[in-house]
Amino acid sequence: MPPFLYIFLGALAVVSALGVIMQRNPIHSLLALIGTLMTVAILFIGEDAVVVGFLQIIVYAGAIMILFLFVIWLLNLQVEAGPTGHLALKFFGSIGAALLVAELCLILAPPHLLVKFTHEPAGYGSLASLAAKLFTDYLVAFEVTSILLLAAVVGSVALARRLPVVFEEQPRAVEQPRVVEQPRVVEKIAS
Amino acid sequence: MIPLTYMMSLSSIIFAIGVAGVIIRRNILVMYMSIELMLNAVNLAFIAIGSRLGSMDGQVIVFFVMTVAAAEAAVGLGIIISSFRNRETMHADDLTLMRW
Repeated sequence: MPPFLYIFLGALAVVSALGVIMQRNPIHSLLALIGTLMTVAILFIGEDAVVVGFLQIIVYAGAIMILFLFVIWLLNLQVEAGPTGHLALKFFGSIGAALLVAELCLILAPPHLLVKFTHEPAGYGSLASLAAKLFTDYLVAFEVTSILLLAAVVGSVALARRLPVVFEEQPRAVEQPRVVEQPRVVEKIAS
Repeated sequence: MIPLTYMMSLSSIIFAIGVAGVIIRRNILVMYMSIELMLNAVNLAFIAIGSRLGSMDGQVIVFFVMTVAAAEAAVGLGIIISSFRNRETMHADDLTLMRW
């Protein structure tokens, strides 16, 4: 990819990431997040991680974001009215984030960390090389991940299911009027 | 190829935006989206360094991060739904009692 495309995509990613935290409507936040994910996926593809880039679009922007969308619909969330938070929190949060950017850039991007670019082996980023790595070196992690997903499925179903009607405690002093039971035996005999 | 400094700066900026979102916003769902932003920033750093080292390990790690993010999203959204049923609120400051 030409460098100006990197600059453009990076700017787009940062702007839409800012949109995630600045929109008042959760749907708009979600749309901005999908924009960020798409841009980052294109950056992945530009960095020769083609399979992971497409997986990002399919799994992240496709599946996980639709899950978020369903939750927003299910809970019928509206636009937040009124103040969304404390002003001091916003102020110190922004300053802290700016400091974090400075610190991370200092740590992660000094000149001595610029590793020499080794020539990528043939088939780098292809599905075959990813699968070869995944099923040899990372086989145990792969299997553990499958168990993790199973546990997550069971756990989310158990968490989100509607609980049966709980026995509500009645005040003891009030006597509940007893319902006179109908003689069912007669019905049974009649039928 | 674009220099590593650019990719790492972009990654750290997106990560910091995610941190700011968790601190500033009080809507649980938006805080959750900010966590996804942070995960993506780290993924970007993994891919950038991995492609410069010519190693596939970074991409495999990103694959695992995506899987864990999917599991986390499923469980977290389940928790959000069940807490919303009990409290009828999405405001993080209203959810201070750890029982219902």
